[in-house]
Amino acid sequence: MKDRQRRSTRKAYGETLAALGEADERIVVLDADLSCSTQTAIFAKKFPDRFFNMGVSEQDMIGTAAGLASAGKIPFTSTFAIFQTGRAWEQIRQSVCYSNLNVKLVASHGGITVGEDGATHHCLEDIALIRVLPNMTVIIPADACEVEKAVTAAYEYSGPVYIRVSRYDFPVICDETHEFTIGRAKVLRAGEDLTFIAAGLMVSIAMDAAESLAARGINARVINMATIKPIDQKSIITAAQETGAIITAEEHSIIGGLGSAVAEVLSENCPVILKRIGICDHYGVSAQPDVLLEKYGLTAKHFEKAALEILAKKKSK
Amino acid sequence: MPVSAVQLFELQEIARSLRVDVLKMLHNADSGHTGGSLSAVDIIAALYFHKMQHKPEDPKWDGRDKFVLSKGHAAPALYAALAKAGYFDSRHLMTLRQYGSILQGHPFSLTTPGVEVSTGSLGQGLSMANGMALASRLDHKDIKVYALLGDGELQEGQVWEAAMSAAHYKLENICAFVDNNGLQIDGCVKDIMGVDPIADKWKAFGWEVQEIDGHDFNQIIAALDNADQVKGKPSLIVARTVKGKGVSFMEGQVKYHGTVPTEKELTQALDELGAA
Repeated sequence: MKDRQRRSTRKAYGETLAALGEADERIVVLDADLSCSTQTAIFAKKFPDRFFNMGVSEQDMIGTAAGLASAGKIPFTSTFAIFQTGRAWEQIRQSVCYSNLNVKLVASHGGITVGEDGATHHCLEDIALIRVLPNMTVIIPADACEVEKAVTAAYEYSGPVYIRVSRYDFPVICDETHEFTIGRAKVLRAGEDLTFIAAGLMVSIAMDAAESLAARGINARVINMATIKPIDQKSIITAAQETGAIITAEEHSIIGGLGSAVAEVLSENCPVILKRIGICDHYGVSAQPDVLLEKYGLTAKHFEKAALEILAKKKSK
Repeated sequence: MPVSAVQLFELQEIARSLRVDVLKMLHNADSGHTGGSLSAVDIIAALYFHKMQHKPEDPKWDGRDKFVLSKGHAAPALYAALAKAGYFDSRHLMTLRQYGSILQGHPFSLTTPGVEVSTGSLGQGLSMANGMALASRLDHKDIKVYALLGDGELQEGQVWEAAMSAAHYKLENICAFVDNNGLQIDGCVKDIMGVDPIADKWKAFGWEVQEIDGHDFNQIIAALDNADQVKGKPSLIVARTVKGKGVSFMEGQVKYHGTVPTEKELTQALDELGAA
């Protein structure tokens, strides 16, 4: 990975939440005994009366948040991504989304870079589980700066929103001038030969890959698809029409996540050759995050290889 | 305050008319949950027509007490009460479960005036009631949040998570009922997955617990008034009830959990309720 400055996305969440809480008393925060990990502890320290530690009971946390939202509060719920979306999925469906309640679910520890805790704590399924729910908006910010913008946008938006942040510190790719709009993808790098559509940590890796490819005369477009739902169809279709080859990259199972969402848009509108990069239908194992990224093919080197392969296929068509 | 003889008579008449509506609605809908709607009628009647502060003409009135029907399959009893109270025109009752109706098979807050939150998947209502109670505390509002749970519903783990939370946060403005009719869809609760001793379990979870006859308005109202006096902890009222209450051939019969009266049964039932 290129030598970029790194910042914690979960800390950016905790700090943004505390700042928003200062400005709006309707904001309340619920956590399931992981407030130091999710960084909601920053809010808890500042506003103890508006922080509810629900203990290790994610289902009750979501239901309580739904009740608070029905009474006009703006609850943010946080725990690890797998527990928030997996353990409490039906509560999110029945108690939150069905009634379109204004609950913000911000999950930390998304993806494989949870690392050493192993498969039980990696979350490779949250986007699939959550994007299927009507009324839900789904966001994976690409870096800490985008977390700040996305959390603020979620607060300003009325309705359920899911935001995934991470344990792993992300390379910084956006600056303060970065504008974030729910549902709008950003082209971070122009290119006509192929397009990387990435989310979360994978955006910076795709940028690295695109730089290396440029040195070989290959111009890859890079799209930061931070909002997985509603997905920016126009940006996907334009990329398909203009570059004719798409590679999706996500720190998630290749089933049901960003790759699937892009495939849905492409196949209905503008079918072009597609390669989905992600976790290929298996569990993770314990290891350091960087080791796992290497083992599971989530590095710039792997992305470059995928680019060469997809270009060869594109030419042979 | 004890209920006067006139109030008692009025409540009994209201409950009788709600039972008539429930049976007619379910017969018309040709699907739904009869037994558990009838067992809950008297509790719901006591809340909406005696205890709760609410304004049917202004369902979102800021000072209202709130009710969560956690056992959402008893929706017909709630809908009948909401219509009678004036939340919506009673002509809607005969649209229950039909396409385009404001009355979904289970309570849906976005279409039915007076329904606070959507329920139907068992085990989720008490958590939401707790959330409302926490919100009212933050807003310094003196309101009460009532919830009604089934006894079979107590098999859901989330109920016990919520029981812990309400006690932990000392939610004295929570008052929950268990409609203890002893039956669930597959048979007797004690045979399917025993939940006894209900009162002892909730006491152990830190709740103030009362046990009453859930069809006796004097007892229901006395228990509700007692719950107002409880400080520093939530209240549970275990209401012993009869599934299918009010219709002789439905009482205590598990088959009426999820079936509705036929034309002939409806005629007989209405006759028994003096509404033929």
